Amino acid sequence: MTDVSATGAIRRKPLVMQYPSLLIFLGCLALFTVGVTVLSEGFGIGMISTSFVKTLGKTLCLCLVALAMDLVWGYCGILSLGHMAFFGIGGYAIGMWLMYARTELIVIESLANQALPPTAQEISDGIATQIFGVVGASEFPPIWAVSHSLTLQLLAVILVPGLLALVFGWLAFRSRVTGVYLSILTQAMTLALSLYLFQNDSGLRGNNGLSGLQNLPGLDDVPQSTVSIWFFWASALALGLGYLASVAIVSGKFGSVIRAIRDDEARVRFLGYPVEAYKLFIFTFTAILAGIAGALYYPQAGIINPAEIAPIASIYLAVWVAIGGRGRLYGAVIGAAFVSLLSTWFTGGQAPDVNLGFYTIEWVNWWTVLLGLSFVAVTLFAPKGIGGLFDLLTSKTTPDRHGADLGPDAGALREKEAET
Amino acid sequence: MSVLRRFYIGIASVLLTVLALPALAQNADAPIQQLLQEHGEIIAKSSRKTIGPAIDALGSSSLPKAPEVLEKWQAKELWVIKETGLFVYTEKVDSKTERMIDIATGEVIGEVAKRDLKQLKPNSGIRGLIGAALVKFQLQDPSVAARNRALDAIERDAEDTHLAALRDVMEAEENPDIAARMARLERLLTIEFGESDEERIDAINHFAGDLGVDVRAALNPLVAVRVEAAEAAPEGDDVVRVLTPGSEALSREAAYDILVAAELAKPRISRDDKREALIANISDGTVAGVQVASLDSEEARDLAYAALARDGVVDAVATEAEVDETLGSFTFFERYTAASPAVALAAAAVLTGIETKVALNQTADLALDAVSLASIYFLAAIGLAITFGVMRVINMAHGEFIMMGAYTGFVVQQFVPDHTLSIILAIPLAFAVTFGAGVLMERLVIRHLYHRPLETLLATFGISIALQQIAKNIFGTQARPLTAPGWLDGSLVFNDIVSISYIRIAIFVLALLFLALFLFVMNRTRLGLEVRAVTQNPRMAASMGINPDKINMLTFGFGSGIAGIAGVAIGLYAKVTSEMGADYIVQAFMTVVVGGVGNIWGTLLGASLVGTLQKGIEWLNPSNTLAAQTYMILFIILFIQFRPRGIIALKGRAAEA
Repeated sequence: MTDVSATGAIRRKPLVMQYPSLLIFLGCLALFTVGVTVLSEGFGIGMISTSFVKTLGKTLCLCLVALAMDLVWGYCGILSLGHMAFFGIGGYAIGMWLMYARTELIVIESLANQALPPTAQEISDGIATQIFGVVGASEFPPIWAVSHSLTLQLLAVILVPGLLALVFGWLAFRSRVTGVYLSILTQAMTLALSLYLFQNDSGLRGNNGLSGLQNLPGLDDVPQSTVSIWFFWASALALGLGYLASVAIVSGKFGSVIRAIRDDEARVRFLGYPVEAYKLFIFTFTAILAGIAGALYYPQAGIINPAEIAPIASIYLAVWVAIGGRGRLYGAVIGAAFVSLLSTWFTGGQAPDVNLGFYTIEWVNWWTVLLGLSFVAVTLFAPKGIGGLFDLLTSKTTPDRHGADLGPDAGALREKEAET
Repeated sequence: MSVLRRFYIGIASVLLTVLALPALAQNADAPIQQLLQEHGEIIAKSSRKTIGPAIDALGSSSLPKAPEVLEKWQAKELWVIKETGLFVYTEKVDSKTERMIDIATGEVIGEVAKRDLKQLKPNSGIRGLIGAALVKFQLQDPSVAARNRALDAIERDAEDTHLAALRDVMEAEENPDIAARMARLERLLTIEFGESDEERIDAINHFAGDLGVDVRAALNPLVAVRVEAAEAAPEGDDVVRVLTPGSEALSREAAYDILVAAELAKPRISRDDKREALIANISDGTVAGVQVASLDSEEARDLAYAALARDGVVDAVATEAEVDETLGSFTFFERYTAASPAVALAAAAVLTGIETKVALNQTADLALDAVSLASIYFLAAIGLAITFGVMRVINMAHGEFIMMGAYTGFVVQQFVPDHTLSIILAIPLAFAVTFGAGVLMERLVIRHLYHRPLETLLATFGISIALQQIAKNIFGTQARPLTAPGWLDGSLVFNDIVSISYIRIAIFVLALLFLALFLFVMNRTRLGLEVRAVTQNPRMAASMGINPDKINMLTFGFGSGIAGIAGVAIGLYAKVTSEMGADYIVQAFMTVVVGGVGNIWGTLLGASLVGTLQKGIEWLNPSNTLAAQTYMILFIILFIQFRPRGIIALKGRAAEA
């Protein structure tokens, strides 16, 4: 992998040489982006409807959060059931600015025709009544203190999930909570967060959530077909950069250490590595990645409410990664794209019903059952997931040592899952 | 003599009646008519001052017709025949004719022109006196139910006249229950209507420590206060406390409004009114010489308004600075207004005592609630204590086993209408169904994933969402009822505050039974011994002739079966929906983890901790159960930081298993 240069320093091969899949992935992503743009209504020939462009854009965001999940679970062995919570926090952070700025424009417009020019207080009261009237409040909760500033809210997209993950991770890792316990703990954190947001006095409009996020403030003249392509580009760019960053992390020594932590944490600790610091870095980094993905997802979805943060969403995330194939970055992306698009197709009522004679299977009702059972099947029979198909293409084989685990830890890969 | 006199009057009356209205006959001899005739003059005069003896005479007479006469009189249905002075009831026939009814017999006498009669129209004062006399009759009614009704009526709507009536009759009351009620009511009425302060204070002190809602309802109005303002706080018993404007008890605005209402200060103006006043005075784009466009801050508007006030266009108002200054020169205090200071102080003292006692009882009630919530969590968690605690298999579908048990109960009730019998049938059936499901799941899925806890978590989660959706497809999304047998309805009431429903008691008992069953199976049976052996060292156990496969299967089935029974119990207490399991699963895992994995006593402690905690937080913030759950989970996350292995941590080799 490495060679020694004339100066004696260890020089690594360029990233692309180490990970040829990086180029292929980025190429595919670029091709896909250009293709969708050409076929779109906003910039091309209009073969793809605006709503489908939005679906594709949202799918790219889900791929990004799946990438984060793969980093933390597939590479570091931490089965976090909280990453969709970070995703949701990112969405809330950007949603607050979108909602505030747009309502501000509306309120200023409506107050402009009055006899006296409005005071700052009147504008602020007007916005608060507009936003919080639905939960019976008319004052800004402290949590909205910086919602007027796009810069600060964008900072919040990164900082809030990051800090939450940092604090939670520090507490959990330092007391050596690992394996299933950590999963249950992250699930509890997610549940607590969503229950908190469900309250009306949480200051984030309770179960109404934030809505109207698809309208960019001040850009009412720009049609949604154009806006959707902008967000699609942004999502594609974020996914590309996220993939690049993830490859950079998992290649090289750092990547080896986190993989080793996944398989045998105690041994890595005895070798002198600060295991907690490595885990904390990965946990926080992926939380930020998830927050960014959420901030791009919810303006395309248009609405965010606490139900999106419920623990089940995070478990679905794990399902996507497992079906795509954990421990390989492209696997996560493929899993998220495949399952979420399939899910949209089935639950959208487009899938044809199956008539068994005595019973008609309506996929709207039975898709979840199929998903649940196929998930069991993947766990039992195809631990490599869809990613395993690529091993067949490149005719990679895994050494057959009776399928033993790579290490003793709960998160360790099984030998039949490992790439080499 | 009197007999003779009465006879003569009778004869005379009869003669007169016959003479005047030959077609009609009336019994002028009836004792009630005689009694009325005795007081005929003052009754006809109908004055509040002089009517007393007449009502007293009717009230104290033992004539059976007296109450009826009083009622009719009160309802303005008692008329007097102008010519004879005899009293009759009437019914209206048309606008000029009335039908007369004899007051003694209730028989129709005949019809007569309205102008020949005079209606008695008692004023409200007299009606009150009549009412009190009537109450006395009702309180002396021979029927117990009627006496109770009369007391109910007084409790609902007490008047000062009731007190005297009550005191007159309570001595003679023989029924002990009613006598006790009367005595209590007399004390309550004395608090409200007693003539002297001493009497009232006496009655108030009588209720020290009484938890009845009626006592608090009688005492609370006595301690009503009004906020007043003065240059200096007056001395005196009736001053409750001095308030600072801007504090929680008295806002700045409210304090200033008091001063304005007492004409001690200039009025202030609200922002909206100021804005309206400015708008009303716009001319040529300026207000009092100030450009309208510059009025985009409160300061600018204040200046413009002050300019308007100087021109005399609008009334001068207090600025914020003036408001502060005025507020500073006054003292605000609360004064008792509803009763004399001595009474109010006595009431306040007794109320404080009662409130302390109420708080203590509420704590007891809260403790009962906590225990019942804890037993529900324990029920939900005990199956997990076996599968997760003993076997270390994480089963995310555990909640769905609870749901399956509850739906089994629901289905059984569709076939067996008798609720008692159906519950008795449902419990073993629910065990059988979920035992089967558990064994099936262990054979097909979990067996292949031992030592892969994360994969088990995800696979069982897949099963969980599939089962949930299947239940939704079969039973629909609406909640299904699982009705408890009739003998579990109602609740065990200790006093006005402390009570617990029988269903919760039943769940508590069931939780204890399960605990006993678990302990018995694990410690006293062959199965338990083998389970412990397999858990600790499967290979060694196998070499001792135990079949680990079979034991794992049975243990998992046992844990799942208990979840099914728990489902029946939880279904009785909450509605059966496809998501009911998911509602409990996180709390159930928390219970096991907090308590300490692998120890049933730990699970018990964990359930108590989680239940108490949730109820305690709910009590601090009663409107919000969501917040309570949020804070409870946060607490548990922190708790695990300090005791990662739970309350009761296994030590040594068992901890590694």
